[in-house]
Amino acid sequence: MRRFAQTHPFWSAIIVLAVLVLIYLIFAVWPKWLVELIGRKKIFLNALFNGITLGGLYFLVASGFTLIFGLMRNVNLAHGSLYLLGGYIGFFVADYTGMWLLAFPVAFLLVAIIGILMQIFVFRLMEGQDLRQTLVTIGLSIVLADLMLWGFGGDFYNISPPQWLSGPLETGLVTSERVRRSGEVVTSYLKYPMVRIVIFGASVAIGIGIWLLLNKTRIGMLIRAGVDDRDMLSATGAPVQWVFLGVFAFGAGLAGMAGVVGGTFQSVAPGEDIRFLLASLVVVIVGGMGSIPGAALGALLIGLAEQFGSVYFPTYAVVLTFLIMVLVLAFRPQGLLGRA
Amino acid sequence: MALHDLERPYDPTSAEGRVARHWFERIPTAYWIVVFLLITMPVYASNFVLFQIFGWSFILGMIATSLMFLAGYGGMVSLAQMTFAGVAGYSVAIFGESAITTISQGWPFYVAVPLALIVTVLFATGIGWLAVRTEGIYTIMITLAIAAAFFYFTRQNYDIFNGFQGFNSVLPPPLFGVDWREAIPFYYLTLFFAAATYFAVLYLSRAPFGLALQGVRDNPRRMAALGFNVTGHRVAAYAFSAIPAGLGGILLTWQTSQISPGTISLQPVIDILVIAVVGGLSHPIGPFIGAFLYVVLKTFAVDVLIAVGLGGERFQLLIGLGFLIVVYVSSDGLIGIWRKIRESRNRDPFRTREGE
Repeated sequence: MRRFAQTHPFWSAIIVLAVLVLIYLIFAVWPKWLVELIGRKKIFLNALFNGITLGGLYFLVASGFTLIFGLMRNVNLAHGSLYLLGGYIGFFVADYTGMWLLAFPVAFLLVAIIGILMQIFVFRLMEGQDLRQTLVTIGLSIVLADLMLWGFGGDFYNISPPQWLSGPLETGLVTSERVRRSGEVVTSYLKYPMVRIVIFGASVAIGIGIWLLLNKTRIGMLIRAGVDDRDMLSATGAPVQWVFLGVFAFGAGLAGMAGVVGGTFQSVAPGEDIRFLLASLVVVIVGGMGSIPGAALGALLIGLAEQFGSVYFPTYAVVLTFLIMVLVLAFRPQGLLGRA
Repeated sequence: MALHDLERPYDPTSAEGRVARHWFERIPTAYWIVVFLLITMPVYASNFVLFQIFGWSFILGMIATSLMFLAGYGGMVSLAQMTFAGVAGYSVAIFGESAITTISQGWPFYVAVPLALIVTVLFATGIGWLAVRTEGIYTIMITLAIAAAFFYFTRQNYDIFNGFQGFNSVLPPPLFGVDWREAIPFYYLTLFFAAATYFAVLYLSRAPFGLALQGVRDNPRRMAALGFNVTGHRVAAYAFSAIPAGLGGILLTWQTSQISPGTISLQPVIDILVIAVVGGLSHPIGPFIGAFLYVVLKTFAVDVLIAVGLGGERFQLLIGLGFLIVVYVSSDGLIGIWRKIRESRNRDPFRTREGE
């Protein structure tokens, strides 16, 4: 961090300034001119929190994608279908057993098994043929999307969180202060859905877990070595195929788990697969392909851009995210945290 | 159609070595048969077949050929080709006439159509400039994201693109007193442009530009060392590919007489890739074969599916499975399968097992 500050003093100053402004915007009671300029504080805070929690969800989907890509150079365009499948599995598990928490491991396991099957029957057979692998995943996503439409219909499914997670949480952040006619000051505080905060905490925990796994364990060492030079790793006698299989299963499982999260946040429906595939594409392009911290940064940026866009410029919300992507591509083609 | 001369690489010396024949004597017989069949098609095909099946196949074939040109000769698989087509279609609707008179400028077609093509080429150059900063599979991801962005943009923008509704009553101009949306004139119109696309791509693949592009595809560093501008060639390839794609988009707009975000949503974007890949990416005939198959499937699959007892809406499953099988079996679509069959047939049975 110190090195970054030394080599880029200008950018560090801008980042510090932005953080200070953000802290002010979150904690201060907004003066009148600011409210007139950009609207009420409650809207701003809601957009901020929604953006951050959406970023958490995007991170869950995109981290599997970027892990698979980084290790195997394999763009799995069926990743969105795995996400959607996880959502459906989660819904039915939660619905039958009534246990919301059980939905996560079941979705993780089942989707991971599908990932293993894909790795064995598709990708291992076409190793080194990047384009063909990608085309096969497109074909798979078309087939899976139609099979799911066939099996589950076009309805919206909502996974309802358990009792102890529903309801709002008092955050203690002041949204506005009004002076009543009698002279007393009424302060209102922001309330935020509990489940979103819990899920966001969980995705942060998962992100840290992945980081620890990659940087502190032997398996992580193998994976990082594979990302750097796959051929060299296999030449040293490491069980490369098993590492591939494991990473693919883990990435797919993460997508499946993210499906459960997405089903609780929003809903499970046909078309969500493409939406989340695109989101993870953009996140990974912005953050840098194959980089987990990059995926986290990209997910946060895209989530915030989407939420702030839909609040402040509703017509062009979607375009805003793609604008970020275009800017990153134009000035830093390898992604913000990607290696050249 | 003339597939047997595919394997023979172009060799400029061969014509000089032999006694020079007249140029049309060198055209293989298969070409003559296909040309004859295509020109006389209106005699034995119904209007529905002419307009809906052949017209549509030619249009999709043109758009898919632009992808084949980029992917086959340039090594850049772009999913933005349908978007280029959409830009052209939208431009014609905006500059020309449509039912949305508040947006459409109503300029005559000889201004609107060239302007639409120019806009498309400029757009494609910009996209190409962005996309060539990445390579291989990255290109697919970025062009897919761009295609999605354009789709969402047209759906949400009401000032220029008229949002969800799009434009309707975008009709071809009544040039020479002919209604070009009649089945037979439309058939010949699309046939003309499809043939022009086919021969232009074939010509370009053997012209210096096309050869340099193939060199860039195979070994960019070497081409750069030889003094070729690698980025320039790639961007130029994008710009050229926008012309058949744009023409296809304009014809598509005229055929359906409307353009809306649905025309360029992700489904058609992927369909173009499916068409080009199933046909084959090594020769411009591939996309047309793929397009013909796709259109026939799309038109008649519903009946077949219902006859088998499945719902007609399982069409996507059929397309997806067919695509999977073709990609699984062959690395070069139907052209690749065709070549494999030919090779195995031509192989001398006594020479196959040399080791024994």
